[in-house]
Amino acid sequence: MDDSLMLDANAVAGDLAEMFGYDVTASMHCCSHCGNRGAMATLLAYIHGPGIVLRCSICHEVVVRWVRTPTRTYLDARGAAYMEVATR
Amino acid sequence: MPEPLAWQIGTVTAVRPESAEVKSFTLALPAWRPHRAGQHYDVRLTAEDGYQAQRSYSIASAPSRTGEVELTIERIPDGEVSPYFHDVVRVGDKVEVRGPIGGYFVWEPALGGPLMLVAGGSGVVPLMAMIRERAAAGDATPTALLYSSRTIDDVIYRDELASLASSNHGLQVVQTLTRSQPPGWTGYARRIDSEMLGDVLRGLGPQPLAYICGPTLLVEATANGLVELGLPPARVRTERFGPTT
Amino acid sequence: MTDRFTSRGFFGRRRDAGSERADRIPPGQYLTDGFPVLSAGPTPQVPLDRWEFTIDGLVSEPVRWSWEQFQALPSRDWTVDISCVTKWTKLDTVWHGVSVDDLLAAVEVDPKARFVTAHSFGGYTTNLPLTDLVNNQAFVAYLYDGAPLESAHGGPARLVVPHLYFWKSAKWVRGMHLIENDQPGFWESLGYHNRGDPWREERYSGD
Repeated sequence: MDDSLMLDANAVAGDLAEMFGYDVTASMHCCSHCGNRGAMATLLAYIHGPGIVLRCSICHEVVVRWVRTPTRTYLDARGAAYMEVATR
Repeated sequence: MPEPLAWQIGTVTAVRPESAEVKSFTLALPAWRPHRAGQHYDVRLTAEDGYQAQRSYSIASAPSRTGEVELTIERIPDGEVSPYFHDVVRVGDKVEVRGPIGGYFVWEPALGGPLMLVAGGSGVVPLMAMIRERAAAGDATPTALLYSSRTIDDVIYRDELASLASSNHGLQVVQTLTRSQPPGWTGYARRIDSEMLGDVLRGLGPQPLAYICGPTLLVEATANGLVELGLPPARVRTERFGPTT
Repeated sequence: MTDRFTSRGFFGRRRDAGSERADRIPPGQYLTDGFPVLSAGPTPQVPLDRWEFTIDGLVSEPVRWSWEQFQALPSRDWTVDISCVTKWTKLDTVWHGVSVDDLLAAVEVDPKARFVTAHSFGGYTTNLPLTDLVNNQAFVAYLYDGAPLESAHGGPARLVVPHLYFWKSAKWVRGMHLIENDQPGFWESLGYHNRGDPWREERYSGD
């Protein structure tokens, strides 16, 4: 996919951290559409819109949607079947 | 456990031109934390009426430089934040930042190598942090930087890279100028392609770790090229900067 | 009094409209000369021989047009002002396309139909009250500034609803489902306003 507007999710690591409380880019995720497992940073980020959309680099389906309004921040991570981070 | 991120106000202590369109800004940070080479800071500007603009800039300095960070910023002509830095910011100004951020596009000597670093334009910044950290640590991991720029005047860190390459064991700097070349130029003179990648890879040991940073299209083409040349996708890390404008 | 940090000398990319156009710019918006490209995903590349536009849902009989059939529909030029929720406004944009009224004339709309979900190649959706789509308020455009609409801006064809924030003007539109109860679309389901009137600054839900 050569869409020049696309970035890697590590470009939005700081914004995602507002919801998760820490930098999730090195955390693993499992795409709920195709099952691909990878670091959150490998998701393809579309940031030039009303919100941020992170898509699976394999199947291109939506994994995460994120919106910030003046009063609230929303996160829809249904496209990630699960996330995991090493605690030790 | 990873630490929470908070905004802090840094002070500009130095401004240094790197090229006509690129300047490096040193920020002293009250809540400085050591970063990992490859990480970035988010920068947020706020106007009097509350209007805000936010961008991410890779850290150019090595983590061994304590208390301050250097951000190298290219002036994008119709940008919103970079022209502010180039045209308005001066020593003593305050800048709001958050970081360091990024747990994926990072390298330190403990991660090993060999290292294949590929940069397009200002994508060289996070890779320079890796190269500076490698030098500061006295590390000898075989490293090749393939650095693509439009013209010789767009190349940043030129003298430092030349000095590190000649004195620093195991660092190779290979350049390509895609738009025009000065007389006597001995580097490459075209966009990065598989043949060029293959040439550079041949000079490195087997199974390198690759870090590619720059405009999205260059990053895509290079990542695909390296995988086609046999690098496992898991050993190729990318940081796309978006379109060149 | 808030002691909020401000960046010395920073004003942002905004411009004044000048007093003769200021009343055409909705509150909180700034004027742009460019045409920013915003997207939630990769630009779909839809070959014209695969393109189609469908109206279905609460209609007596769904209708579908191929590209050739769509081009043969009555069409006209439209010059409209557009406003994006990310705060830019562009005046006097020139489009060419088919009025939604003319599209709906091809079906028998069930009186229960009060809302529409516009859906696109690539999966984007947005919801609108039917009343915002009729009476010359909306059209499906395939030319911009006299030339075929670029894919980055929603080509081959996009919905244009100029009186609402531009996220309602679904790029790469492929059809409209007519429904009884409102169904929040892609952005409306995650914090954006259901209707999106720029003159009332209906940006976010709860506004």
